[in-house]
Amino acid sequence: MTQPPEKKFRAVIVDDEELARQVLREFLTAHAEIEIAAECANGFEAVKSVTELKPDLVFLDVQMPKLDGFEVLELIGTSAAVVFVTAHDNYAIRAFEVHAVDYLLKPFGSDRFEAALTRAKERLGAASSTLPSSSARPAPSPSDLAAAARPPAQYLDRIPVRDGTRVFIIPVSKLDYAEAQDDYLALCSEGKKHLKQQTISSLESGLDPSRFLRIHRSYIVNLERVARIEPYGKDSHVAVLHNGTQLPVSRAGYARLRELLDR
Amino acid sequence: MHPILGQLRRLIPYLLGWLPLAGMLVYLLAVPGGLTWTEAFALGVPLCLLYGFMCLSAWYSCRWTPLERIGALQLALTHLLAATVVSGFWILSAKALGHVLSDFSAFSGLEPRLSKNLPLLFGTGILLYLLAVAFFYVLLAVQQSQEAKEREMKAGVLARDAELKALKAQVNPHFLFNSLNSISALTSSDPAKAREMCVLLGDFLRRTLGLGEKVAIPLEEELSLIRSFLAVEKVRFGARIQMEENIDEDALDVFVPPLLLQPLVENAVVHGISNLVEGGSIKLEIHSHNGALSIAVENSFDPDSPPRRRGGVGLANVRQRLATRHGNLASFEVKTEGDRYRVAITMPAERAEHAQ
Repeated sequence: MTQPPEKKFRAVIVDDEELARQVLREFLTAHAEIEIAAECANGFEAVKSVTELKPDLVFLDVQMPKLDGFEVLELIGTSAAVVFVTAHDNYAIRAFEVHAVDYLLKPFGSDRFEAALTRAKERLGAASSTLPSSSARPAPSPSDLAAAARPPAQYLDRIPVRDGTRVFIIPVSKLDYAEAQDDYLALCSEGKKHLKQQTISSLESGLDPSRFLRIHRSYIVNLERVARIEPYGKDSHVAVLHNGTQLPVSRAGYARLRELLDR
Repeated sequence: MHPILGQLRRLIPYLLGWLPLAGMLVYLLAVPGGLTWTEAFALGVPLCLLYGFMCLSAWYSCRWTPLERIGALQLALTHLLAATVVSGFWILSAKALGHVLSDFSAFSGLEPRLSKNLPLLFGTGILLYLLAVAFFYVLLAVQQSQEAKEREMKAGVLARDAELKALKAQVNPHFLFNSLNSISALTSSDPAKAREMCVLLGDFLRRTLGLGEKVAIPLEEELSLIRSFLAVEKVRFGARIQMEENIDEDALDVFVPPLLLQPLVENAVVHGISNLVEGGSIKLEIHSHNGALSIAVENSFDPDSPPRRRGGVGLANVRQRLATRHGNLASFEVKTEGDRYRVAITMPAERAEHAQ
């Protein structure tokens, strides 16, 4: 968050096509105040570069190898101003819902590009002038934004998580359970726990309710992993998974479980 | 719904058709039966009209014993039994009618003379019923062939619709947008290449034009369409696309529906190669032997990338078009093995003289 008085913006270009990066590079070289910090050809590289270099501005393609643009955004957060650059117009609404600054449709001319750049600079200026404002209501995490912007009637098939600059992709079929821990979610898959900044209810909304169930305020379980339900104490229960893990089941969770099993 | 009973404009001609039969019955009762003409007329005409209605029931037994699905013995037994029952009821009615008529002075002594004729009536009743059975089988056959014709027409319209939709969906607008973006990049860095790309793109678009009206094109034409499509995509993806071809020389003049293979190759690029950081290869294999054409499009893909929309509309269209054109003679198969995705098609190899 250190910005020298003589303001220079650092930008990262993410697109899997060399020629598409070239257009952006060419338009950006006309601006002395912008320095191209990195160019990335896929989603993994993008997450790595953005977390390491902390650029001000990211030009992000949507359809790319490894991770799509929305998954990248979910992992890098909103500290940078993001401009989506794509040939598909059908992601526009989703893009603004995850607080993208602008949405450039390929092919675009310099006028349109300049407009996007101006908006991005305004966003960055506004962000830095009101910098010590984090005391206000905490902004939703990028993952929560992404979950809210996910197209309806389409469940997640994988969950990207970031550990430092490394990215893991958890196919939902390999997710055993998710546990809420303060602001984070612990996603347990194949004996490992991955932490992700997201609320449990936004994850819940993305998972297929016939395969995953919220059995407790803090737990979502993959129903295929449940070996049995055992009574625990007076009127509460535990779910025992095939690998022996025991998860608490709340009274409401038990009711939901019964409803699902009785159907 | 009964085809005759339900509609007055069919019932009247049907009953008129029974008039000659009524005449025959009157004759039978009068000449071999020994009744007077008045008696024969008073009995024969109402009985025949009644039997006309009773024989309408034959339609039900015909419908439940369709000729193509039933053995000769079962067929004969069913209808003979029905004929016996219906004819039995008929002579009972004849008896009742005779009883009623004999109360009138003009018909006194009718009953015993009628009783002698009952076996004759019974036999006639069975024959008439069987005649009705034959009539209804003909009627059913006519109905079925009409329905089949209608179905065929509907299927034809559907197939045509599917074909048109398929062709409209072919040239993917995003392919165009991305290609134009590449040209936009090249205009400043490499104007000569930009021009070349414009030519390639124009070439591809020109080839797709007018294909909508054609039912089939030589495979060679489809292949050059695919090659010009890939030439454009190669400018975009650079070394990430590799193409391997293994094509029989004598398959080139086989006729195929236009834009049958191009969507498969486009899928290979969009859902396969474009998701791979290092790119991959697309393999096109076409062989023709024993009057059959076998085509396989194989490509590498990233098994970790989400399966959503892999394949999708393009594949469904190709499958549907093959099915409407060749029915069971064509096969369409999708297989994934490790990081290879393969679509295999077999279809009859139509040479020029059969196509259209």
